[in-house]
Amino acid sequence: MDLYEYQAKELFGRHGIPVPAGRIATTPAEARDIAAELNAPVVIKAQVKTGGRGKAGGIRPAAGPVAAETEAGRVIGMDIKGHVARSVLVETATVPFEEYYAAFLVDRAEGAFLAMVSGQGGMEIEELAATDPDALVKLPIDPVAGVDADTARLLAAKAGLPEQAAEVLEKLWRVLVEEDALLVEVNPLICTTDQRIVALDGKVTLDDNSAFRHSWEYAESTDGLEDRARAKGLNYVKLNGSVGVIGNGAGLVMSTLDVVAGAGADPANFLDIGGGASAKIMADGLEIILADPDVRSVLVNVFGGITACDAVANGIVTALELLGDRGLGRPIVVRLDGNNAEVGRRILSDARHPAVRQVSTMDGAAEMAARLAAGA
Amino acid sequence: MAIFLTKDSRVLVQGMTGAEGSRHTTRMLAAGTDVVAGVTPGKGGRSVDFGERTVPVFGSVAEAVEETGADVSVVFVPPRFTGAAVEEAVGAGVPLCVVITEGVPVHDAVRFRALANGRTRIIGPNCPGLISPGQSSAGIIPADITSAGRIGLVSKSGTLTYQLMYELRDLGFSTAVGIGGDPVVGTTHIDCLKAFQDDPGTDAIVMIGEIGGDAEERAAAYIAENVTKPVVAYVAGSTAPEGKTMGHAGAIVSGSSGTAQAKKEALESVGVRVGRTPSETARLMRSALGSS
Repeated sequence: MDLYEYQAKELFGRHGIPVPAGRIATTPAEARDIAAELNAPVVIKAQVKTGGRGKAGGIRPAAGPVAAETEAGRVIGMDIKGHVARSVLVETATVPFEEYYAAFLVDRAEGAFLAMVSGQGGMEIEELAATDPDALVKLPIDPVAGVDADTARLLAAKAGLPEQAAEVLEKLWRVLVEEDALLVEVNPLICTTDQRIVALDGKVTLDDNSAFRHSWEYAESTDGLEDRARAKGLNYVKLNGSVGVIGNGAGLVMSTLDVVAGAGADPANFLDIGGGASAKIMADGLEIILADPDVRSVLVNVFGGITACDAVANGIVTALELLGDRGLGRPIVVRLDGNNAEVGRRILSDARHPAVRQVSTMDGAAEMAARLAAGA
Repeated sequence: MAIFLTKDSRVLVQGMTGAEGSRHTTRMLAAGTDVVAGVTPGKGGRSVDFGERTVPVFGSVAEAVEETGADVSVVFVPPRFTGAAVEEAVGAGVPLCVVITEGVPVHDAVRFRALANGRTRIIGPNCPGLISPGQSSAGIIPADITSAGRIGLVSKSGTLTYQLMYELRDLGFSTAVGIGGDPVVGTTHIDCLKAFQDDPGTDAIVMIGEIGGDAEERAAAYIAENVTKPVVAYVAGSTAPEGKTMGHAGAIVSGSSGTAQAKKEALESVGVRVGRTPSETARLMRSALGSS
């Protein structure tokens, strides 16, 4: 889960990393009040989970409360690469004397922790890595030993950061460890004219798997269906097409989306009901998908491995009974394969549900679902 | 022959007395696995009757290894206890530890991976395990959808593994390894490619990847230099939008990196034939083996 900049900075603040004074505003009037409170020139920053805000005009200086209100009015509601800014961070303008880059992350390729620090901050890190790779210091971090004061001093020295930055690096590492983050990044980390080190921006990705040992309260999804699916314990992602997709196993569902796209239709969602595929889960899944008005046909793609196809077929039949009339005429294409596929298919054909059509291959089922979505 | 797991493997199950552990121990025994012990802290001294075999339960991995000579551990304990369970297996010197549990914190995986440090091979977490059909199964891969043969398979995804094993069931598999869909896993595509290349019982390799990270690109570079056996591949997630996690925690496209297209291109550039669908991938494997 990615945090917004203001959430990342709140975390930094709690861990003793200096950040500019500021608060979040959702209306221009709030922005004006915050600027008045800060009693200094401010910066209005769009809160979106994507890069390139500056170039898109999502970061604007304001000399005082009146300007803050005007600029916030321009930024709130702005669409930046498909992300709409619902709020702005209003914070004291802080002038950098020097800009640096600092990050700790989980390096997927090595399965280990990595520090990345550079004396040149402010630009996109991918750009820095491409144009001046020597300016980026990378250091693998032992997960057991971690980053102590000596390691932090070494990192700062190698990357050409001033001595007082070492303390901030050590605290940034604490954020990664104590918050179970996959990434903590500060770009730019700055040194002010009066020699203070300040995190001017912040990016944090938390590990959802570790939620059980934290008390996070970050609302994530904005799509009502995604929230409803999560409440039912379903793994659902809303997409933009018209073929609803249900399958068992993340890989198989991803593959099903690809095959639907290959058949010339756009998938309406990703929905993985897991290995079990019980009647209850199948009913919950179908209910979520059929609640999406964009869906014009549904493709149920199940491979009977641990759960054999006869059990899955019984699950589908019960699920359709539970749903009653809520299917409302939209066709459901079912592909069952794997263990006891023959028995499973017979159970479904014997049930004679008017919405259900069966196709035995994944490619064929996707083609039929695509055709039905186009013609429905 | 096979990789990592053979008929001689002696398997212990951490969390065997739990619902999942006991259900899958029954299945592993039915698949011919030599399950020699269960481990549940505080329940040492008991035993569990699985019909054809009664399996003793020990309070610690070290005791189980000492008493039974177990050399593979399969971990079914819940996410919050998985880190400690795997560290215990590593501490006891178990050579192969298969972590089935889904939802293990990534920091825990980084830590046990570092502690294993080449002495214990870890497979997973969040994986279906591995099976050498006709010999042994360590995990939850269904044994009755395929047969023994000479194809090696390595995959991030469980159900896609089953799909391909089923489509190619007449040809059969030496070993199928589900390495898991998490961002950090103990055994990579490359580790399996190397083992299959060295295994005289494997003639060709199916590799199943998915969006996220750059494991497939790295595997492509490895294949170019080191693998002479035919490799066919499939990459799931061409249609995944940027920034959304698709089921597996590791399956996410970030910016232009981690896309299915980039992975396909990397693999094709080193001569790997990449199927557009699982079925086409199975057909490519048949033609690679000259058995179409």
